[in-house]
Amino acid sequence: MNLWWLMLACGVITFGIRYSFIAAEGHYQPPTWFRRLLPFVPIAALTALTAPELLLVHGEIVLGGSNPRLWAGLVAIIVAALWRNTLLTIGCGFLALFLLQRS
Amino acid sequence: MNRTQAFSLGLRSVMPMLLGVAPFGVIYGVVALQSGIPALAAMAMSSIVFAGSAQFLLAQLVGAGAPLLLTAGAVGLVNLRHALYSASVAPVLARLPLRWKILLAYLLTDEAYAAAIPHLMAVKPDSPQSAQAHWILFGSGFGLWAGWQLATLAGVLIGAQLPANLGLEFALPLTFIAIVVPMIDSRARFMAALAAGAVAVVLTAMPYKVGLFMAALAGLVAGVAMPRRAK
Repeated sequence: MNLWWLMLACGVITFGIRYSFIAAEGHYQPPTWFRRLLPFVPIAALTALTAPELLLVHGEIVLGGSNPRLWAGLVAIIVAALWRNTLLTIGCGFLALFLLQRS
Repeated sequence: MNRTQAFSLGLRSVMPMLLGVAPFGVIYGVVALQSGIPALAAMAMSSIVFAGSAQFLLAQLVGAGAPLLLTAGAVGLVNLRHALYSASVAPVLARLPLRWKILLAYLLTDEAYAAAIPHLMAVKPDSPQSAQAHWILFGSGFGLWAGWQLATLAGVLIGAQLPANLGLEFALPLTFIAIVVPMIDSRARFMAALAAGAVAVVLTAMPYKVGLFMAALAGLVAGVAMPRRAK
């Protein structure tokens, strides 16, 4: 029974975090510096999620040829910068990963 | 853009990420069962908690018999970055009724946020589109929710017989790249990405993904600290 209470508590905590600023909107006047931070949230948060996936292998930074994800990721970054097309970026990234893992 | 178009835009935007999320969901199902969590509870957790990495952690800590308070605290830390998403979408959702705010907060995952945010940022405030913009987030949120439930179910029912190591997880970083790279159109945004990425790599060993949250904060500060120049 403890497990269900624990799950419920974790669900409430998770929801509370996600609901926090949505609920507060309109009820407080955020300082200007706070509003200026917000446009950077997608770039900062998503890059923080992505960079370790590309640079780390089992928790260690690996830059050489034994880290195909890094090079496939760089291919994806170049394709995304040039064509701004989601499916093309994903396709080229996977293709690069596939070719690098075979070689 | 009417609500159907907005919903399907969100749904379509999250689809590539399902490729990467599905293997995680399956593995979660397997890990949960191995930790001694009954199948029904493992499934229910995907609806009640609905947070990928937090569910993994929860399953592992339950399996290891960790104290309840520590487990709940760890889950909170892992999900801390979602507060940033909450702040980011809050202005768009400001005028919605309470039931919408609750629903969209419940669905606010990394993937749903990532899929919707480029489109939400493109909608001008007080334009006719802005009245339907929340349907984009609902589309991406619902798509991810449904995919996560199905993947968890597959993990719980079929379990370890599923091939989990196809490399499909790489779809997630690739989609994030496709979303972030076109957004980098100024020095400030470039510095935000650089700082966030560097700090995330350096702090990767911090427990409960605290490093991710610190990295995101570092990115925000780096972006704002860059002097703004007229274009």
